[in-house]
Amino acid sequence: MRYGNREVLVWLNSIGINSDKIENLEEYYVDIKNILHTDRKELENLRFLNDKNIEKILSSNIEAVLNHLQNIITSQNINFLTKYDKEYPFKLEFISNKPSVLYYKGNLNLLDLDSIAIVGTRKPTIYGKWACEKFTKELIAYNLCIISGLAYGIDTIAHKTTIENNGCTIAVLGCGINKIYPKSNKKLYELIEDKGLIISEFPLDTEPLKFNFPQRNRIISGLSNAVFVIEAQRNSGSLITANHALDQGKDVFALPGNINSLFSEGTNSLIKDGAKLVQNVEDILIELENILHLEYNTKANKNHIELGETEQIICKVLEDGPLHVDLISLKSSLDINIVNSTLTILEIKGIVKEIASNIFAIC
Amino acid sequence: MYSKLKTCVLQGLNGHIVEVETDLSKGLPVFNIVGLPDTAIKESKERVRSAIKNSGFEFPLNRITINLAPANLKKDGSQMDLSIAIGILAAAEVVQLMDNNLVFLGELSLDGMINPIIGALPMVISMREYGFDKFIIPYANKDECSIIDDVDIIPAVNLRQVCDFLNGNLTIESYKCKEYNVERFESELDFTDIKGQNGLKRAMQIAAAGSHNMLIVGPPGSGKTMSARRLPTILPSLSIEESIEVTKIYSIAGLLNDNRLIVQRPFRAPHHSASSVSIIGGGKIPKPGEVSLAHHGVLFFDELPEFQKNVLEVLRQPLEDGFVHISRANASLTYPSNFMFVASMNPCPCGNLGDPYHQCTCSQNSIEKYLNKISHPLLDRIDIHVDVLPVKYDDLNKDVKEISSLEIREIVEQSRQIQKRRNSSSSIVYNANLLNKDIRKICKLSKSAELLMAKAFEKYKFSARSYNKILKVARTIADLEQSEIIDDIHLSEAIRYRSLDKKYWR
Repeated sequence: MRYGNREVLVWLNSIGINSDKIENLEEYYVDIKNILHTDRKELENLRFLNDKNIEKILSSNIEAVLNHLQNIITSQNINFLTKYDKEYPFKLEFISNKPSVLYYKGNLNLLDLDSIAIVGTRKPTIYGKWACEKFTKELIAYNLCIISGLAYGIDTIAHKTTIENNGCTIAVLGCGINKIYPKSNKKLYELIEDKGLIISEFPLDTEPLKFNFPQRNRIISGLSNAVFVIEAQRNSGSLITANHALDQGKDVFALPGNINSLFSEGTNSLIKDGAKLVQNVEDILIELENILHLEYNTKANKNHIELGETEQIICKVLEDGPLHVDLISLKSSLDINIVNSTLTILEIKGIVKEIASNIFAIC
Repeated sequence: MYSKLKTCVLQGLNGHIVEVETDLSKGLPVFNIVGLPDTAIKESKERVRSAIKNSGFEFPLNRITINLAPANLKKDGSQMDLSIAIGILAAAEVVQLMDNNLVFLGELSLDGMINPIIGALPMVISMREYGFDKFIIPYANKDECSIIDDVDIIPAVNLRQVCDFLNGNLTIESYKCKEYNVERFESELDFTDIKGQNGLKRAMQIAAAGSHNMLIVGPPGSGKTMSARRLPTILPSLSIEESIEVTKIYSIAGLLNDNRLIVQRPFRAPHHSASSVSIIGGGKIPKPGEVSLAHHGVLFFDELPEFQKNVLEVLRQPLEDGFVHISRANASLTYPSNFMFVASMNPCPCGNLGDPYHQCTCSQNSIEKYLNKISHPLLDRIDIHVDVLPVKYDDLNKDVKEISSLEIREIVEQSRQIQKRRNSSSSIVYNANLLNKDIRKICKLSKSAELLMAKAFEKYKFSARSYNKILKVARTIADLEQSEIIDDIHLSEAIRYRSLDKKYWR
C-alpha cells in the first residue's frame, strides 16, 4: 500500500470524520490502513458512523483528496501533525478525544513552553478588558506562554497584549486554519503566525461553525498548564474550557466580579465550585510554582518615571481601579480641563490607559 | 399710454431689477404678460383685475401688454402683482409716476389689500445695492425691511392707499424700526438642568467658543440630546450683520415668523428621516435647506447613524466650504451655510455598549455596520469628539452646584471677542474655520507644547488632518484662558477630544 497511517488519518480528517470516530475506527481495524479495503456492508455494521460518514468514506478518492490538500498546504504555508508523529504535543497525548490531526502555522517549539490559557467572554466589560490586559502582561513577565482562541473580546485582548509585549502566544482556532475568523482579527492572525503559533484540528476550509467552538476548547485547556477565566456569562464557552481543564486535571483560576454583572456570573460560580479566586498574579504563580519553574523576566520591569504634582494626584485616585473622567475630576477635586490634559500626558508617558470611552486605568 | 416702473425678483439671495413696462393700446381687450413669467405671475392677471376693480378704479378696456424686462431672466414670485397693477393704472393715467427711484413690492388680494411676500428683506437689500432708496412694501413686511435704516420703507395696506400716495393725496411716513434690539430671548433651558457630565459641558464650551463641529457618542440617557438642546443658551447673540444674513435666508424660505429680524442663533434639528434635498436645499427654483437655515447657528443631527447615508455625505461640502452650491435645470444658486455641526449617536444599535449598568445585546457585526454608516471623510470634518457615559447620580455629590448657561456664555463670548480681534483683517472669524495656511501662524505652540505634540504624534499616530484639528481646538482652549500662546495644558486637553475615532472606527 502506498499510503501510510499518517496519510489515512489526514484523509479521514479532511472528509469530516472527527477524532472521536477515528479513534473508534482505529479500535475496530487495529491498523487504520485497512479502512481502504472496506465495503458498505462492513461500514454499516459500525454503529458510530452515520450514513453521511459512510457515503463520504466510500465515495471519496484518497488520492485526489491528498493531492488537493498538498496543493493548499504548500501554497499557504501550512503544516500538519498527526498523532503518529514524534512532534505531536506531549500535553495532548493523555486528554480524552485527542485530536488525530493538527494543522498549524508558525513556531511549533512554543508547545514546549509552560503555558496558561486566558479565556473569557466575547464582549467584556471595562473591568474585564482592564483585568485581561493587566494579568496577561504580568503573566508573560514570567515567561508563560498565553493560549487562547482568537475570538472577539477577551481572546483578542489576551493575544494582542502578548504580541505587543513580545510574549509567546498560541491561538487555537474553531475553524479551518486557512479561515480567518473573526475577519477583524486578520492583522492579529498574521502577527501570531509570524511570532507565535496557530493551531486547528479542523479540516482546511472549515467554516466557523457554532458547534466547533466547544470542541476546540478541549485543545486550549489541553495545551495549557492552567486555565484562567476572566469574565464569563452563565452559558459561556469559557466554562466549557474550564470543565475540560478539570477533566484533564489542570488548575482553573477565575477572576471574581460584581455579583450584579452578567459577565461575572460564570466566573463567580466557578469560584463557588472550587476554582481559585485571583486577586493578583501571585495567586496564580503560587499554584503553578509546584509544577513549573518560573523565573521573573526582569526585562519587562518598568522604569521609574518622574511625575508632576497633578499627575501624582490622578495616579493616586486611579490606584483604586478604573474611573470615568468625571469621577476622577470629582475625587481629585481638580477641574475637568486639568484632568483631561493631565490624562493625555500620563497616557503619552505610558502610565495610564484609556480602557473604554473616557474611562482610565493605570496600566 | 405707456408706463414703466421697477420691481425686483430673487435668485437665491440676490435680487435683480425688473422693469415692468405697460402698454395700453386700442384693440380687443386682452391682457398679456411677457418676459418669462412663472405661473404665479401669469395668474396675477386675475388678482390684478379684481384688485383694481374692487379698489374703486376702472379696469381699462384696452389691449394690455405687460413686459417684464430683462426679457431673458426667468421671473417668479407673487411680489409683482402690485407693480403690474400700478403699471396699468399709470398707463391709464389714473396715477402719476413721478419718482423713478421707487420700487414696488407686494402681492394683491382680490379686494385690493396688499398681502405679505416672501423674501422682502433680501430684495430690499439687493435693490439698495443697485442704488434704490425708496420702497413700497406690504405693511406686514415692514418690521423685517426696516432693519435697513438708510432707505425709505413705505408700508402700504391696500392698493387704494398706494395710488393716493403716488398722487400726493396721502402721506405715508417711511417706517423706522426701533433701535436694533439685542435683547436675548430667555430660554427655559439651562445647563444647570444637567447633573454631572462635566466632561461633556467642558467640550460644549470649547465647541461653542471656537464654533467647532462636535460629535457626542454615548448610551441612551446619558444627556446627549439634552445638552445639545441647551447649546444655543451658551452661544453669543447674533451681531447685526449676522442677523441680517440669517433673516434674509429665512425670508426666502418663507419661514420668517411675524416678519421680524431674527436675533436668536438658529438651532435646526431635522428629524433623521430627512432627505438630502431638504438638508441641502432644492426644488425647481432651489430653496435654502437645513444647512442654510442653520447659517450662523447650530445644525443638530440626533442619532446620526439613523440618517440615510447619502444625507450624511452631502454634508461634506457645506461643512468644508461654508456655502452650498445647488444646480437645477432652472437655476443654479449659492446659499451660505456656515454653521456649527453637532451630532449625537449611540455607540451601537442597542445603545448600551460600554455602559457599565446595562448589557449590550448587539453582535460585533451589527456594531460595525452601524458605525460604518458614518464615513471617515465626515468624521474628519468634526473637530471635537466626546464620549459620554450615564453618570450614576449616587456617584456624584448632590450638593455640587452646576455651572449655569450664563456663566458659560460669558466665557464663550469673551473668547469669541479675542478671536474676532485676532482675525479682524480676514473674513474668517472663528478658530474652527481657520485656513490651513493660517494655522501655523495663528496657532503658535510653546516650546514644551511642541515637544508634547511630537510625542503625541508618535503615540496616537495622528493624520495630518487631525494635526490641524488639534491645533485649532488647542487654540480655542488657549483663547478660553486668554492665553496668547498654546501651552502644554491646552494642547494635551485638545488631544483628548480627538482620540475617539481610534476607539470606535478603526
